[in-house]
Amino acid sequence: MPAALLIPAGLGLLFLVLPLAGLVLRAPWTTLPQRLTEPGALTALRLSVQTATLATVFCLLLGVPLAWLLARVEFPGRRLVRALVTVPLVLPPVVGGVALLLVFGRRGLFGGWLDATFGVTLPFTTAGVVLAESFVAMPFLVIAVEGALRAADHRYEEAAATLGAGRWTTFTHVTLPLVAPGLAAGAVLCWARALGEFGATITFAGNYPGRTQTMPLAVYLALETDLESAIVLSLVLLVVSVGILVALRDRWMTNA
Amino acid sequence: MSGRGRRTTLAAVAAFAALATAGCGGDPPSGGADADGRVTGTVTVFAAASLTESFTRIGKDFEAAHPGTTVTLNLAGSSALANQINQGAPADVFASAAPKNMATVTEAGNADGTPSVFARNQLVIAVPHGNPKGVTALADLTRPGVKVALCADQVPCGAAARTALDAAGVALTPVTLEQDVKGALAKVRLGEVDAALVYRTDARAASADVTGVEFGESARAVNDYPIVALRDAPNPAGARAFVAYVRSAPAQAVLADAGFQAP
Repeated sequence: MPAALLIPAGLGLLFLVLPLAGLVLRAPWTTLPQRLTEPGALTALRLSVQTATLATVFCLLLGVPLAWLLARVEFPGRRLVRALVTVPLVLPPVVGGVALLLVFGRRGLFGGWLDATFGVTLPFTTAGVVLAESFVAMPFLVIAVEGALRAADHRYEEAAATLGAGRWTTFTHVTLPLVAPGLAAGAVLCWARALGEFGATITFAGNYPGRTQTMPLAVYLALETDLESAIVLSLVLLVVSVGILVALRDRWMTNA
Repeated sequence: MSGRGRRTTLAAVAAFAALATAGCGGDPPSGGADADGRVTGTVTVFAAASLTESFTRIGKDFEAAHPGTTVTLNLAGSSALANQINQGAPADVFASAAPKNMATVTEAGNADGTPSVFARNQLVIAVPHGNPKGVTALADLTRPGVKVALCADQVPCGAAARTALDAAGVALTPVTLEQDVKGALAKVRLGEVDAALVYRTDARAASADVTGVEFGESARAVNDYPIVALRDAPNPAGARAFVAYVRSAPAQAVLADAGFQAP
């Protein structure tokens, strides 16, 4: 083990872990139980878990086919499309929120039509939260699944085809099981990113308790008045997300 | 470990140290008062977001009045700023949008002297130009089909909005409780809401996109803006000079121009 790697690795670990230790050390442990049972905290937590899960489902439905397209279909401009898919990764989420408003907002390109035709407006609704989280989180899923698809052995699919399986059957019975670990990893990353989403959510969906106020928004507003409250809310988010990730990892990702 | 490995480690450490010193080396001298008692150096001012336009101007005027000084502004919500100061941020002056956030700093013993009120602000109803929903009073905001953005209760503009709505006896359900006054204003500018309760100064600064509708109850929810020099100010002379300047006639004229009322 070369020290040239070990030392920076240890520093890197400290750098990531120390801020968490700071949160734990500063947490008001004596008043923790009563703060946890405040109705606002639980409402925000429930909304966060619900919207992050819905966003992950939404990303799976659209993101897996998109990853397949990028990995398996040769078409002109594929590199450009791949670059476009990663744009939400580098876009400041607040700008993402404004961009969503310009398209799905009441005056937006598509939102205006939705409002005029169906009387549906997305901003300031729970659906809006799901949309904002999906926009920011989907690239994580697409990149992970595309990588898995590229690494997967084509010959299994060819064998399935020679044995008479149709394209759809091959996709669902051969391709998807082949990339299952990558798919699971992508879905978990996507869920975690959606759970922590702040900028696009507050910009596109606003902040209203029970409807659009997710945990990160509640933390930010708690910070305005009460540092300890914010720390407690952050710890709850941390414990829930780490708990779910560890549980999923044991069950689904042992081979990953 | 081989000699080669050790050299690499040393190189990495040296690079890290160089980065660290480069970060510090960029800081200007902390300044203070020179031999003639003149103010010099950088004055770091933590100011409420609603002071963005006026303090940018006042900072430039202060630099002109005190050659050799540089004013650095940190503009954010008053409560966030108060937290940063109490956590040891190197600030010289704190200008808050509400006495409550100032009290957070004074009660922690971080103020140098007693804060003084240098401006007052009150709320207006910001609506798009032409006022398409015909909003003329707070009660109009409860009409069906009128979407309203308020500031969250935790920030000063939200607390003021709550006071004004209570004074008017209006029970209003907004579509969103924004993190700061600029957020509420942005929702009007983007056309996502029909109205928002914002400070008169913010509506005036956004006059290209919105109109401010005055309403009677806003007089019941006037926000005092206190300012103070800070105990651990890196530049104490600069801090006191800046506070004095904000209370002087030229700075008060800038504030009045932005829509603030005199204390």
